[in-house]
Amino acid sequence: MRGWPARLSKMINPAASYPSVSIALAGSGGAGVMTAGNMLLEAAAHAGYYALMTRSSGPQIRGGEAAAMVRIACRPTECMEDTFHVLAAVDWENVQRFSAEIPLGPDSLLVGDPDQGAPHEIFTRSGATYAPLPLKKMAKGIVEGRANMLLLGLVAELVGLPDDAVVRAVEKTLGKRPAALAPSLAAVAAGRAAAAAIPTRFPLAPPPPCDAPRWLLTGNEAAGYGAIKGGVRFVAAYPITPATELLEWMAPALAEVGGTLVQAEDELASVNMAIGGSYGGVPALTATSGPGLSLMVESLGLAVAAEVPLVVVDVMRVGPSTGIPTKSEQSDLNIALYGLHGDAPHIVVAPNSVADCMRTTQWAVRLAETLQTPAIVLSDQFLGQTRAVIDRPADLADASGRVVAEAGAPGYQRYAITPSGISPMAIPGTSGVTYTADGLEHGERGTPSSQGTDHLAQLDKRQRKLELADYGSHWADVEGDGDVAVITFGSCTGVVREALAHARRRGFGARLVSMRLLSPAQPARLAAALAGVRKALVIEQNHSGQLYRYLRAEFDLPCPIESLRRPGALQFTPAEIRGHLAEWSRT
Amino acid sequence: MKRKLPRTVGEFMAYAWAMEVEAAERYAELAEQMSTHHNAEVADLFAWLARIEGKHRDQIMQQMGWTQPPDTAAFSWDTPEGPETTDYGDLHYLMTPYHALKLAEHNEQRAAEFFEHFAASKVPAGVRDAAAEMAEEEREHVRLIQEWLAKFPEPEAGWDEDLDPPQGAD
Amino acid sequence: MTEPLTHADFKSDIKPVWCPGCGDFGVVNAMTKALAKLALRPENVAVVSGIGCSSRIPAYTSCYGFHGVHGRALVAGAGLKLARPDLTVIVTGGDGDGYSIGGNHFLHACRRNVDMTYIVMDNRVYGMTKGQPSPTTEPDWDSKLSPDGTGLREFLPMVIALASGANFIARAFTGDPNGLADVIVQAVRHPGFSFVEVLSPCVTFRPEQREWKRMVRTDALEPTADIARATRRLMRDDGFDLGVLFAGGRPPFEPRGTRGTKPVDELEARFAV
Repeated sequence: MRGWPARLSKMINPAASYPSVSIALAGSGGAGVMTAGNMLLEAAAHAGYYALMTRSSGPQIRGGEAAAMVRIACRPTECMEDTFHVLAAVDWENVQRFSAEIPLGPDSLLVGDPDQGAPHEIFTRSGATYAPLPLKKMAKGIVEGRANMLLLGLVAELVGLPDDAVVRAVEKTLGKRPAALAPSLAAVAAGRAAAAAIPTRFPLAPPPPCDAPRWLLTGNEAAGYGAIKGGVRFVAAYPITPATELLEWMAPALAEVGGTLVQAEDELASVNMAIGGSYGGVPALTATSGPGLSLMVESLGLAVAAEVPLVVVDVMRVGPSTGIPTKSEQSDLNIALYGLHGDAPHIVVAPNSVADCMRTTQWAVRLAETLQTPAIVLSDQFLGQTRAVIDRPADLADASGRVVAEAGAPGYQRYAITPSGISPMAIPGTSGVTYTADGLEHGERGTPSSQGTDHLAQLDKRQRKLELADYGSHWADVEGDGDVAVITFGSCTGVVREALAHARRRGFGARLVSMRLLSPAQPARLAAALAGVRKALVIEQNHSGQLYRYLRAEFDLPCPIESLRRPGALQFTPAEIRGHLAEWSRT
Repeated sequence: MKRKLPRTVGEFMAYAWAMEVEAAERYAELAEQMSTHHNAEVADLFAWLARIEGKHRDQIMQQMGWTQPPDTAAFSWDTPEGPETTDYGDLHYLMTPYHALKLAEHNEQRAAEFFEHFAASKVPAGVRDAAAEMAEEEREHVRLIQEWLAKFPEPEAGWDEDLDPPQGAD
Repeated sequence: MTEPLTHADFKSDIKPVWCPGCGDFGVVNAMTKALAKLALRPENVAVVSGIGCSSRIPAYTSCYGFHGVHGRALVAGAGLKLARPDLTVIVTGGDGDGYSIGGNHFLHACRRNVDMTYIVMDNRVYGMTKGQPSPTTEPDWDSKLSPDGTGLREFLPMVIALASGANFIARAFTGDPNGLADVIVQAVRHPGFSFVEVLSPCVTFRPEQREWKRMVRTDALEPTADIARATRRLMRDDGFDLGVLFAGGRPPFEPRGTRGTKPVDELEARFAV
């Protein structure tokens, strides 16, 4: 109705439905908001929706302030929305530290317990409506009732998640603790009932038909599975935030399919164990983050020089040095590309969504095996730790693999100069073709050589094998059209996609190139992908514009490029990208 | 590891054979080392000594009428290696033929002593005789080496001086 | 099959770059004899090393070799053995590679007790880089990098090995290649992590080590499976007693959990909504 404030319209017209709803749950001191957030995510999955969940917490190991951010949507979604519809807090202890991650607007709803204090001004200044609910008192009214379960029920009611989906989610999480189940379900029901006191609703549009299998997983888990699909059967692990869960997921999974995971004493050990395992013929992997990758680069050079396949997943976090271990950033591109001393070409790939973590890690394994070289997979904390409901990703069709030397080949030369640059690798146990793999520069047989001619020949070989490889269509996603383009990689892709989709609906077209293969550089292919574009914007999440500089240095492009960059710890929002694109594309 | 006393001539000659085999192999190895380090004179000398020990080894095979090498698994030397085997540690890349021949002399002397020890031990008469014979042969080798030594006087101090400092490769 | 292999079959045709007089020649001799005695085949043996003079050894054998980076031989070897338990893995290197940069891995290799053999050629110096003190160098040994000596108490590898859980610990001397060969045979046969500390003189930077042949005491150590006994023995050890110190009963490392045979796509059940 004309003249009415927008939110009033929605309150009065509850049939207005939301294709996407974003909810944040916050609380401290063991309130269990992460658990509630997980259940909300699961409930959304069971109800047939796509969803995404991220988390944030204070530095305390336990009992600190925490927030769970959940987006529920009718279409596959890869980023958070511009504003949250609901911020529901068990208490407000230090919750303002999450304010930048939980942007609110005048249509947003704040829910809190008046007995736990009022919401911080940083939230109320948004103009959001505040709906107080005596959560603690209500929870006390239920035997072993907990406020976080009340909030779960409340939120489910606010967005219209069906009861059976919520119950299923609660049962799945608490199924092993039957004593907690009944009180929790009671609290959920009470929460639903309490929604009656709040006029605001954000009813989700009906879920899309579910005609393909859906998965609920994190990017770390997807990467672990992709690695196994690619053939990895040996993993050496050293824990580091935010890569640890990838390794922890792989530990039992690998054992089930006949592989081995062993914990090492440090990253120098984990990378070298993996190299040893791979030298033995077993595709091998380790996973780490920036600080660990820094430790590993010497050994990555060994894998390059000795031509040993290896996959290292770098789940990037804010750097430099210890940085912010729990937050995402795309600032390890430089070390991934340039961190090895000497001229040491190798593979660098970057998955660009949670789903893509599976295929691209699998791809990395195939490339490493075929090209007998290390492959660094640049994932990041956002992809790695975000839990997402996705369509089961399509399988990677790739039959490539390690070329091995047959037994008894006379005069076997491990590092023979071949046209493709790939020389068959003898696997220990094979008779007649024993050789010593060496980080020292060597001649074709592998014997150490200080001759410039041998060095040049081997450098050319190691370069050539990467240059001549066929990387197929997986090297980048090239989508959409327009006279301008956006170039990006990794987790920025999701938010760029959403921004461009929104812009497209308003008549603005731009091409998106999300690069998966970062090294070796594919200048001709990128140039072709940008054909007809008058300028391109390189969007990335780091301070110095690492991708932008890489493109400037290594790529002859048909159009000028500019940089839009922001370091971690915050992800870009679609609105930010849209706003910047609108301004930028005017000239 | 106690050395077993040989009870038969066959067992005894197996010792003798093993000694020559080891000596020949070692001289050949040392010749290679010297060759790698561009000490051609000593390399050639060690190669020659390897051939000679090889001949001794073959002579024993022939003498005993063996078609197969004897089984030497059961015994061991009292010393770290066979009496005629040059210690790896006694080499120097700048060593001269004098030094090499001194080592060979030492080897032959030890070999002679080795056999003389058997000749004086509680072994059957046949073994004693064979041992005495071998000891005499080794004494003859000592004299031959000493004749060669006369042609190569002991070098003056500074023979091991290399003005170039060591190089590092890795 | 064919004739049994001799030690000559385990030597490659690559000429060692070591200085004549180097103790490491004795190790090649002993290793090749040991491998022949163990009736192994070169293709089923892997020799893994780091950086240093003694780390050149893999290419001097006809086995599979891995010449990795400084200090990381033990973990490369462990990874290889864990991925390929069917192989015999021998890790080799020097005192600098093994006890300094590799010290952490040495400690954990003893703890981890993977079934492999570690042969350290200890010459109490960094030879390849031309004469700096190593962890086993005497505190007052003068050098360019540490004039008048480091002043540091020597690293005691046997003590660390015993305290950290190595299942077989021995000391040998390159001046006795046959004795060393016997120790290597025992070490390879003994399950778990077998550590052989080999005194291996460096004639170029520590020519005084030529005296070692007069200082070592053969068969001075009696193997025991009792850690306390071995500890007491080490308390009166001056570094020149040879023999097997400890032959323990720890089971070799096995990754926990059974190795399954599940088809890969069954893992997807973990993700299904």
